[in-house]
Amino acid sequence: MTTETLTLGKALNTGLRRALENDPKVVIMGEDVGKLGGVFRITDGLQKDFGDQRVIDTPLAESGIIGTAVGLAIRGYRPVCEIQFDGFVYPAYDQIVSQVAKMHYRSRGKLSIPMVIRIPYGGGIGAVEHHSESPEAYFAHTAGLKVVSCANPQDAYVMIQQAIASDDPIVFLEPKRRYWEKGPVELDAPLDQAYPLHAARVVRPGTAATVLAYGPMVRTCLDAATAAAEDGRELEVVDLRTLSPLDLAPVFESVRRTGRCVVVHEAPGNLGLGAEIAARVTEECFYSLEAPVLRVTGYDTPYPAARVEEEYLPDLDRVLDAVDRAFGW
Amino acid sequence: MAKGDPGVTTTRGRRAAPRSKRTTAKGAGDPELVQLLTPEGERIDSVTGPDGVEYRVDFTDDEYRGLYRDLVLVRKLDAEATALQRQGELGLWASLLGQEAAQVGSGRALRTQDMAFPTYREHGVLYCRGIDPIMPLGLFRGVDQGGWDPNEFKFNMYTIVIGAQTLHATGYAMGVAMDGKTGGDDGEAVIAYFGDGATSQGDVNEAFVWSSVFNAPLVFFCQNNQYAISEPLERQTRVPLYRRAAGFGFPGVRVDGNDVLATYAVTRHALDNARHGQGPSLIEAYTYRMGAHTTSDDPTRYRIASEVEAWQAKDPIARMKAFLEKQQLADADFFASVDEQAKAESVHLRERVLAMPDPEPVTMFDHVYPGGSPELDEQRAQFARYQASFEGSGH
Repeated sequence: MTTETLTLGKALNTGLRRALENDPKVVIMGEDVGKLGGVFRITDGLQKDFGDQRVIDTPLAESGIIGTAVGLAIRGYRPVCEIQFDGFVYPAYDQIVSQVAKMHYRSRGKLSIPMVIRIPYGGGIGAVEHHSESPEAYFAHTAGLKVVSCANPQDAYVMIQQAIASDDPIVFLEPKRRYWEKGPVELDAPLDQAYPLHAARVVRPGTAATVLAYGPMVRTCLDAATAAAEDGRELEVVDLRTLSPLDLAPVFESVRRTGRCVVVHEAPGNLGLGAEIAARVTEECFYSLEAPVLRVTGYDTPYPAARVEEEYLPDLDRVLDAVDRAFGW
Repeated sequence: MAKGDPGVTTTRGRRAAPRSKRTTAKGAGDPELVQLLTPEGERIDSVTGPDGVEYRVDFTDDEYRGLYRDLVLVRKLDAEATALQRQGELGLWASLLGQEAAQVGSGRALRTQDMAFPTYREHGVLYCRGIDPIMPLGLFRGVDQGGWDPNEFKFNMYTIVIGAQTLHATGYAMGVAMDGKTGGDDGEAVIAYFGDGATSQGDVNEAFVWSSVFNAPLVFFCQNNQYAISEPLERQTRVPLYRRAAGFGFPGVRVDGNDVLATYAVTRHALDNARHGQGPSLIEAYTYRMGAHTTSDDPTRYRIASEVEAWQAKDPIARMKAFLEKQQLADADFFASVDEQAKAESVHLRERVLAMPDPEPVTMFDHVYPGGSPELDEQRAQFARYQASFEGSGH
């Protein structure tokens, strides 16, 4: 077993390379993904090795990227589209929700659109406006799309390959502030024996309360759990990994044990993933709950100027404060 | 713009000026219409289009009669669908009345291997692709969402969001080129249908950019029927639509969309160019929607009777009939037999539409995801239990 320490970004790059190697129908397309290797270098070196028909620099038009990928998918290709930043996905929104998501349904299964839409998302890197958003709820709300988010290099490496191999159209959310964080990656573990794409995972076992997160907030919640442990409170941290469909069975199991539940995400709280999860946990675990399900989220504002984003984003203190509130009920 | 193999029905232009009689077509600027059959049924031997190409067709007598039969059948089936909507059997219908020649001409120009991406009005092209004409009626009746197999018939699903399919066609055509399926007579070409209103959409303009820079084997076929619901052409453009192609770097041509022969010639030429690797082109089929946009609007609110009458004089079927009569290619028995066949097929269509069953409600959960979804499976099970809980439920 070859295990290497890679950044999350490099793990994605390596996973994309594997997918290109394993299936000649896989094509990567997006703005600047070729010679530049993407603005975050996630596709670094791929065009050089696979050519400009496999790694396609596109015109600057997001609807065009997604719409032409639909046609390529109908033709039998497996397009992997890169949207450069979260806030730039909206020009492609119609193609994603009206076409990508519904083609299989409308054709009663005669067409599949095996497409991956990669979106670097979330804040914390001091970017200008439109570069730090968390649009996951828009896509998770749309039937026909699947939505996932990786949180560590191992998952990044495996999940991107699983998403590309899947016949479902998948919005693949990459936590851009974690691109540079390192971790071990098993490079030659067989894909078909890997942890399933659409499954949540307990990433830190605990007994005091269940903390749910995905993407960039998983690291934040793990840090909070370490801090809480110093105070004698063992938090169980669950990485949701899949946002649509949600995998809530392990969450229910966890909450029934701990009796407390805190959901953490960067996106605004109003009608966000946390609201859905809180409702579902309440329906399923009502008699086990010692406190209401609490949410720690971004505020219901547009993403603010970078100099105040540290106040906007959920951090270790806000997570611990919510845990305290869950215990003070 | 370099031109390759001129194709079967056209030759490279030699004449300096078009020989076509100018019609009274309205629209911004000089119509520069390619026409091979006048509204009076006079054949024009050949005509040089604004793209410098000389267009001509040479059909057998049987083929001429076949095109006439197509036009009549398509119109009759469309009329039957409109009647079914008026009787409450369809929720909506988007009639092609007046656009038969544009659809049959372009549809018959397609080869078996070519792929078409339609809007929701391409019932005539659908017919030419060999798809059972009942198929779109399921969509408009509300019992399905279009039941044909896009890959089997090389005719994609109807697309209702305006212009979205032009990008799908572009991507598909890029795939054709990537598969190495261009460059010869057996090459594949792709055609994207849209209307004049769609030319205002971002997606259509993005499709122009993409197809041009990737040299996609694609024909953009715009049926300019003069109105986007109630909005006239003047609300979409200040230049003739076919001239837009020049700005994107590929040829554009305006054809008399009520002339099935010219539409065929122009489309066949553009498709052959595409299949030979010459890249995209734009055809503006200049025509007129004689009916409503769909059965839910009232065209008398937004257009005047004299305009409709002027276009009636250019009717695509009448001129083909006049041509067949003048050339003595068909007699009264032939026309009667076509009418009889059209009537029989429309009656048959009506009977089958009325017999279309509603889908089982639980099928609404089918085919949401190729890979399935446990959450949705649970909802389906809950729904089934709930349905079964009603006394006497058949579900």
